[in-house]
Amino acid sequence: MVKIGVLGLQGAVREHIRAIEESGAEAVTVKQPGQLAELDGLIIPGGESTTIRKLIDKYSFMDGLKEFAREGKPMFGTCAGLILLAKRVAGYEEPHIGAMDVTVERNSFGRQRESFEADLDINGVAEGFTAIFIRAPHIVEAGENVEILAKHNGRIVAAREGQFLGCSFHPELTPDHRLTTYFIEMVKEAREKNLV
Amino acid sequence: MKTGTDRVKRGMAEMQKGGVIMDVVNAEQAKIAEDAGAVAVMALERVPSDIRAAGGVARMADPRIMDEVMNAVTIPVMAKARIGHIVEARILEAMGVDYIDESEVLTPADEEYHLNKREFTVPFVCGCRDLGEAARRIGEGASMLRTKGEPGTGNIVEAVRHMRKVNAQVRKIVGMDEAELMTEAKLLGAPFEILLEIKKNGRLPVVNFAAGGVATPADAALMMELGADGVFVGSGIFKSDNPAKFAKAIVEATTHFQDYELIAHLSKDLGAAMKGIEISSLAPEARMQDRGW
Repeated sequence: MVKIGVLGLQGAVREHIRAIEESGAEAVTVKQPGQLAELDGLIIPGGESTTIRKLIDKYSFMDGLKEFAREGKPMFGTCAGLILLAKRVAGYEEPHIGAMDVTVERNSFGRQRESFEADLDINGVAEGFTAIFIRAPHIVEAGENVEILAKHNGRIVAAREGQFLGCSFHPELTPDHRLTTYFIEMVKEAREKNLV
Repeated sequence: MKTGTDRVKRGMAEMQKGGVIMDVVNAEQAKIAEDAGAVAVMALERVPSDIRAAGGVARMADPRIMDEVMNAVTIPVMAKARIGHIVEARILEAMGVDYIDESEVLTPADEEYHLNKREFTVPFVCGCRDLGEAARRIGEGASMLRTKGEPGTGNIVEAVRHMRKVNAQVRKIVGMDEAELMTEAKLLGAPFEILLEIKKNGRLPVVNFAAGGVATPADAALMMELGADGVFVGSGIFKSDNPAKFAKAIVEATTHFQDYELIAHLSKDLGAAMKGIEISSLAPEARMQDRGW
């Protein structure tokens, strides 16, 4: 069974843990950088990206996270997690982890009263997937190796680049685990490749 | 596409979990809070201890303060409306405030009815002292709960009481036979459907933060230890000697609430915490937690 960590500094950690377990993989809450080495894949959850970033720095997680990306291990960022994964954040000079070749804009659908849910078709993953968008970011620009998985009103809201998966919305807030299952499959494939 | 659904409103509070929400009265304080790692700020005209000291009727803050704070930070901004004050709440919603606290810290506008929060697109947080109160607020549409504690006292005892009470009552509901729930609903004055949901899921359907009396990093960690999903700090930060340092220490203690060596380290040389008030010295009319029902 593959072991998937959820970065547990702040945000919707519990929900991701439950989604991973219900999808048949082992889930671990990651609170210390030392835990990263034992994982096959990592989810960076939704929460407040500013807060999570400050705690990443405070606990010297950044080198470990970049190393995790360099090793080719799968990473999945949801909402704030997508912002942390992106190579470019619109309006900011520096990215955070800077791993996935996309430009992300923060709070791009507006404030909380504009937050919404909508049904999406996620290419090759799920049709009619109810996606919860909360003060959500979106992908403004994607690099050439990025596969666009879903759009909402013309905006890219889910994408994959090799080992990296990112979405604007919160798959962990609904009982529909198809996107989590898709990520677990990515993790299994990556691990098999490493073992060969 | 739907806005203002339960999932969207409750989900917003889920994203705040494990975080600290700080009371601020201007842009400068909001920036200090954001830099310290707060997950949201509560924009106010006065922090609770000053409201207590000022006396008189406490109302929604001047909208200029909300504007100033919303322009200063990218994290969510909350604001308080008086209990039952439909128009204050509508004003805050129209301004684009991200969360409204229907708060006993302000003087209630309606002593009989709380807001029908289901009618709003913006989510609400409400205070509770026990499960009956918690379930009534959820029934009215609150998307997030917090303990009432005793605001502006710097004394954690009431928040502890309220958090323990709610969690003990949740455990009781979970262990009950379904046939016993209607009687329990009657005794608690709680909507039956909410109790049924608690029994089925094994927990409250919305997050429950600690609030009302958190004054030190150890207080914040204590509330997390007791099962709080996160922490509101009102007067504690900007009434301390070194707000920036204090704010950071409270954020870290909340994240790593069981790392006692770390909390010891970050509690060193913090300067004086706010001066506290012994609850029994408060006159009955000065007890904010008894406002609302």
